Amino acid sequence: MATQVAAQANLFRRKARSKRVVLDWVMTGLTFASSIFAIVVLASILYYVFVNGIERFNWQTLTQLPPPPGDQVGGFGNAVLGTVIVVSIAISISFPIGLFAAIYLSEFGQNSSTASALRFVIKVLTGVPSIIAGVFAYGVLVLSTKTFSALAGGVALSVLTLPIIILSCEEALRLVPADTRAAAYALGASRVQTVFRVVLPAALPVILTGVTLAIARAAGETAPLIFTALFSFLWPDGLLKPIASLAVLIYNFAIVPFENQQKIAWGGALALVILALITTVSFRLLLSRRQETITI
Amino acid sequence: MRPPFPGTPDSSEKSANLTVELETQGVSVYYGSHLAVKQVSLKIPKNHITAFIGPSGCGKSTLLRCFNRMNDLIPGARVEGSVIFHGKNIYDPDVDPAEVRRRVGLVFQKPNPFPKSIYDNIAFGPRVNGYQGDLDELVERTLRQAVLWDEVKDKLKMSGLSLSGGQQQRLCIARTLAIQPEVILMDEPCASLDPISTLRIEELLKELGRRYTIIIVTHNMQQAARVSDFTAFFNTEIDDEGLRYGRMVEFNRTEKIFNSPAHRETEEYVSGRFG
Repeated sequence: MATQVAAQANLFRRKARSKRVVLDWVMTGLTFASSIFAIVVLASILYYVFVNGIERFNWQTLTQLPPPPGDQVGGFGNAVLGTVIVVSIAISISFPIGLFAAIYLSEFGQNSSTASALRFVIKVLTGVPSIIAGVFAYGVLVLSTKTFSALAGGVALSVLTLPIIILSCEEALRLVPADTRAAAYALGASRVQTVFRVVLPAALPVILTGVTLAIARAAGETAPLIFTALFSFLWPDGLLKPIASLAVLIYNFAIVPFENQQKIAWGGALALVILALITTVSFRLLLSRRQETITI
Repeated sequence: MRPPFPGTPDSSEKSANLTVELETQGVSVYYGSHLAVKQVSLKIPKNHITAFIGPSGCGKSTLLRCFNRMNDLIPGARVEGSVIFHGKNIYDPDVDPAEVRRRVGLVFQKPNPFPKSIYDNIAFGPRVNGYQGDLDELVERTLRQAVLWDEVKDKLKMSGLSLSGGQQQRLCIARTLAIQPEVILMDEPCASLDPISTLRIEELLKELGRRYTIIIVTHNMQQAARVSDFTAFFNTEIDDEGLRYGRMVEFNRTEKIFNSPAHRETEEYVSGRFG
């Protein structure tokens, strides 16, 4: 009896050197190492920006204008404001258009050949280098209005974020189960009622996550802004004037040989990171508060 | 050849006070070029429970979805024949399918509440249909009808998805009742529920069967025997090209179908000696 039990226990014992067990270890190790590597890269970028930027990240730099060369003070207040303005213009153009395009693709066009063709074009657009979006806005707006402007910068960034928003919104809408749509139809809802009262609210959390990503992407772009919004050493003054932005400020000041400017560039980099962080966190809070009233 | 399938329940006792709510005339359903259900003609009696039973693939759910034009939503689905409701073929081109669905509600196999609050789940149908009365009162009344009120009255603002499976299904039934339909279709409403939830839904069904015309599709023969007044038995058939399609074999009072069916295949199915 005892030997029988022992034999059975032996049956299930891990065979230490079997191929399967070794493969198991190797794969677990590889995936773990890869994720650690990714985190280390990200963390060291953040650390570096923080360490270098914190010196010039204070009330003074956040509220003052960029200094002329040789000056020892100054800040990037106009660039923070400019980034917020230009990104707001971009998102207020690309979000409504992107959302409606996504609704068409997911709810109305579905598998039609028009929708498939559109989807292909949009995927190609996501791969377009950002400088091309800048050239486009330069050709369309800067040349016709004969001035670099906040508006041109916003349009350039909206061209860049539009495909991101369309694809993420379409994905969000497709995640809503077909059963949920069917339930709305079965209650006598029309297609428009189903889309706007059931599908869209259900997809909203995921849609907003996509928009956050688009905002972060737009705020960090430099190339499309260089020859659209240009740069300004002054506070923003209307949408049809050149405007400062953090990304262009970093680009301009990082390559000049003045230490003060370089330090301000680091401070601006930290401001940009914090701006992205604030956007993400506030969207998260907004969503979790919404979920609290509805889910729990 | 088989004898023609009866489309009307036994014309003897009690049939005098039966009125017909819905009638199918030679209804066939195709998915693309594939025939799913062939030539069904039957009359659904008003304010009674009619059960559709039969093996998988016999087309009972497909036929059920003809009564409120839910098949319209499936790409490639095509319905032939007529479904008469209030003297009108609901497949006529001038009929608005949304209006049909408002009068003929559907409860799905899997509970599918909206990701909204319990209150909004119920209020959705009345709102989209322009209900003018007191919504709070309607929500309470339908939740009471679905025997869910006592369990949810303190948490109407919570998500419908926070309820248990059985509660969710009763919420879906309440949601259907809130549009004040004349007919309620149920597509295996207990398929994903535990026995106790099933029992509660069945009790609810019997209660509702006095005031509504209910058609229920079920895999569970005991359930059909317990809750329904009439039963239609469907079976699969194989055509000359080896393709499978469904057809109605027999339609009668439930006790007739279970105790003295007219067809041998019905008897074999209800007694469990199938296939």
